Amino acid sequence: MNAIQQFVVAALVAVGSFFLLIGTVGLLRFPDVYNRMHASSKATTLGASSILLAGFAYYGPQGAGLTSLVGIVFLFLTAPTGAHLISRSAHKMGVPFYGQEAEWPEEVDEPGSD
Amino acid sequence: MASDLLGAVLNGAIVLTAALTLFAGYRVVRGPTVPDRVVALDTIATNVVAIAGLYALTTGEGLFVTVSLVLAIIGFISTIAVSQYVIEGDIIE
Repeated sequence: MNAIQQFVVAALVAVGSFFLLIGTVGLLRFPDVYNRMHASSKATTLGASSILLAGFAYYGPQGAGLTSLVGIVFLFLTAPTGAHLISRSAHKMGVPFYGQEAEWPEEVDEPGSD
Repeated sequence: MASDLLGAVLNGAIVLTAALTLFAGYRVVRGPTVPDRVVALDTIATNVVAIAGLYALTTGEGLFVTVSLVLAIIGFISTIAVSQYVIEGDIIE
């Protein structure tokens, strides 16, 4: 493994650790479940994807590197889906917003919506 | 020379990510509502995926990339199951 490849892997790991740090600090510090979900679903997904991209740069385009790319695609597909499901269940449970400024939009009667 | 840099960065990243996983456990214990705990558990799952990837880079074992993929799948399915259980009362009717 040459020096350029090692430098690229180290840089991607550093960027991924930074985004994981940002996501977890947002999870701990934001005042509301919706804000926390926003921070963790976006920043943490970026961090884990950057670390898996470092795995692709380490292992090359075959074997474990290809599995890393599949993992990136899977994270980008499933993390917003899971966050949306959690926010939907929180809305149905009646978890309020932090503060008084934000409100849910008016309920619109659509055919097929429950 | 460069290998020392890579090893130091990888070890530091593993220590940082493990500490972040522990700190996310605070939100699991403390979180006021149930969706807070679910969000924190989802964050812990993503952090564990990152730890498995970092371990694959540290040891050179490519198998742990597959382990991280399996952990991502388990985290997604558990998030879906808990969010359905919270609002519906059961998962499969």
